[in-house]
Amino acid sequence: MARSITPRRKTLNTSLAWAVGLLIFFPILWTVLTSFKTEAQAIASPPIFLNFDWTLENYAIVQERSDYMRFLWNSVIIAGGSTLLGIVIAVPAAWSMAFVPSKRTKDILLWMLSTKMLPAVGVLYPIYLLFIQMGLLDTRIGLTIVLMLINLPIIIWMLYTYFREIPVEILEAARMDGASLREEILFVLTPMAIPGIASTVLLNIILAWNEAFWTLNLTAAKAAPLTAFIASYSSPEGLFYAKLSAASTMAIAPILILGWFSQKQLVRGLTFGAVK
Amino acid sequence: MATHHSRSAARLMMTPAVVLLLGWMLVPLTMTLYFSFKRYLPLRGGDLGWVGFENYTRFLTSSAFWPSVQSTLIIVGGVLIITVVLGVLLALLLDQPMWGQGIVRILVIAPFFIMPTVSALVWKNMFMDPVNGLFAHLWKAFGAEPVVWLSEASMPSIILIVSWQWLPFATLILLTAIQSLDSEQLEAAEMDGAPALKRFWFIILPHLSRAITVVILIQTIFLLSIFAEIFVTTGGAFGTRTLSYLIFQRVLESQNVGLGSAGGVYAIILANIVALFLMRIVGKNLDA
Repeated sequence: MARSITPRRKTLNTSLAWAVGLLIFFPILWTVLTSFKTEAQAIASPPIFLNFDWTLENYAIVQERSDYMRFLWNSVIIAGGSTLLGIVIAVPAAWSMAFVPSKRTKDILLWMLSTKMLPAVGVLYPIYLLFIQMGLLDTRIGLTIVLMLINLPIIIWMLYTYFREIPVEILEAARMDGASLREEILFVLTPMAIPGIASTVLLNIILAWNEAFWTLNLTAAKAAPLTAFIASYSSPEGLFYAKLSAASTMAIAPILILGWFSQKQLVRGLTFGAVK
Repeated sequence: MATHHSRSAARLMMTPAVVLLLGWMLVPLTMTLYFSFKRYLPLRGGDLGWVGFENYTRFLTSSAFWPSVQSTLIIVGGVLIITVVLGVLLALLLDQPMWGQGIVRILVIAPFFIMPTVSALVWKNMFMDPVNGLFAHLWKAFGAEPVVWLSEASMPSIILIVSWQWLPFATLILLTAIQSLDSEQLEAAEMDGAPALKRFWFIILPHLSRAITVVILIQTIFLLSIFAEIFVTTGGAFGTRTLSYLIFQRVLESQNVGLGSAGGVYAIILANIVALFLMRIVGKNLDA
C-alpha cells in the first residue's frame, strides 16, 4: 500500500530534495558551464552564471595542446582491458563457487575480499621495483594488469552474487538432458548470466577509469591515462580555469553517463552483498 | 549432487583467480617485509644491510609520525561523521514521495563518478582559490576577507572535498536499506500516534544500523588510503600529511625504502583490523 500524502507535503519534499540535489551537483554543473566560457569570463568578478558567450574553443585548445586523445585512449585501453581480462578470469571462478560450492568456498571468497583491503601504499615500492625490473613501468599493459588485480575480488564477488540467483534446477535439467559441462556453460548459463556480467563490467570500468593511486604512481608520459593528465593541471602554469574545466568535462562525461546506468549495481558491487 | 568430475573441474576453473590473487598478495607483501628490516636507500648506496627492527622504531619515533596519525584520524573521522549523518538525512528525504525522484537521485549520486583528481582540482581552483574561487566571491559579497582555504583551513577543506565524493555512496546504500524497511510497521506506528522523531529513533535507525556499520567500515578502508585528493591539493603540506601519504613520501620522494616499508607494514596491520570487522559482517551474510 502506498503511503498517502498531502499535496502540500509532496511539494515541500520535492522542493527540498531538488534544492539539496542541485547543491550537491553544483560543482559538476559549474565545471561544465566554465568549460564553455573564455578564460577572461571564467575568472570574471562577479562570476558569470549563464549569460556569457558560449564557446567551444577550450575543447579545441585542450585537444591540440595536450595530445588529449592519447590520454583518453590510454584510459580506454586500461579501463576496458583490465575489466575484460578480469571478467575472463573471474567468470569460471565465480561459476564454480556458485554452482559447485564446497566447504571452503566461503573462506575463499572472504580471503579474496581481504586482498582488496590491502592498502596500496604498503606495497607501493615492491610493485614499483618489479615494474622497473620487468620493464612494465609507464606501460599500458603493466597498468592493465595491476588494475585487473585490484578489481578482481570485486568482479568475482559480484559475479558470484549474480550467479547464485540463477536457479540450480535449470542446470540440473540440462545435465539430465546430457549437456556437457561446456554446453551447460555456453548455452544454459551464459544467456542467464549476461545481465549480471554486463553490470559487473559497467561498475568495473568506472572503478578502473577513476583509479588514482596506481595510475599516478606507475605512469609518466607514455601510458598516463586521464587521471594523470588532469593531475598535471595542478602545476601553476597550467592554471587556466576554462581549459581545466574543458579537460575535466571530457574526462568525466563518459563515466558519468555509464554511472547513471549502474546505480543499483553500485550497492551490490561495493558492499559485497552486506546490504540488500 | 555434484559429481566428482564436476568438482575437480570446478577446482580447475578457480585456479587462475586464486593463483593470481595469491601472488598479488604474497609477493609484494614478502618484499615489503623484507625491505622493512633493511637499511635500503636506492639512490644513496642501495642495500646497506640488515638493521632488525630499527626502521619500525624510527618510523614511530620520527617527528612526522604522530601528526600524520592525527591528520589521518581527523580526516577519516570527519568524513565519516559528515557522510553518515547527512547520508541518513538525505536517504530519508529521497525515500519520500516527490516529483522527479529519479532525476534528484542522479544529481545526488553524480559526485561518486567523478575521478578523484578532477574533483580535487575543481574544488581547489574553482571554489577554494583565494582570488578567483567562488568561495572568495561569496565571502567578498558579504564583506568578509576571502580565506586561503587550502593553507589556512587545510583540514576542513580536504574533509569537504572527500565528503562530497563519498556522500553519494553513503546515501545510496542507506537509501537501499531504508527501502527494504517493512512499511507496515511504520504505518502501524504512525496510526498509534508515534511522532516522526520517535518513529525514526525506534524503528528506522535500528533497521539502518547494519547498513550504517557497513558504510563506516567500507569507507574507513578507502579513506585510510586517500591519495589523489591530497596529492593535487596540498601535496601533504599544511598538516594534511596522512599516514599513507607519509609512507608514499618516504618511499618514492625521499627514497628511504626501508623506513617506508616499515610504515607500510603498520598501514597494512591497521587496515586489517578494520577489514576483520567488515569480513565478519560479510561472512555472516553469506550463510543466510
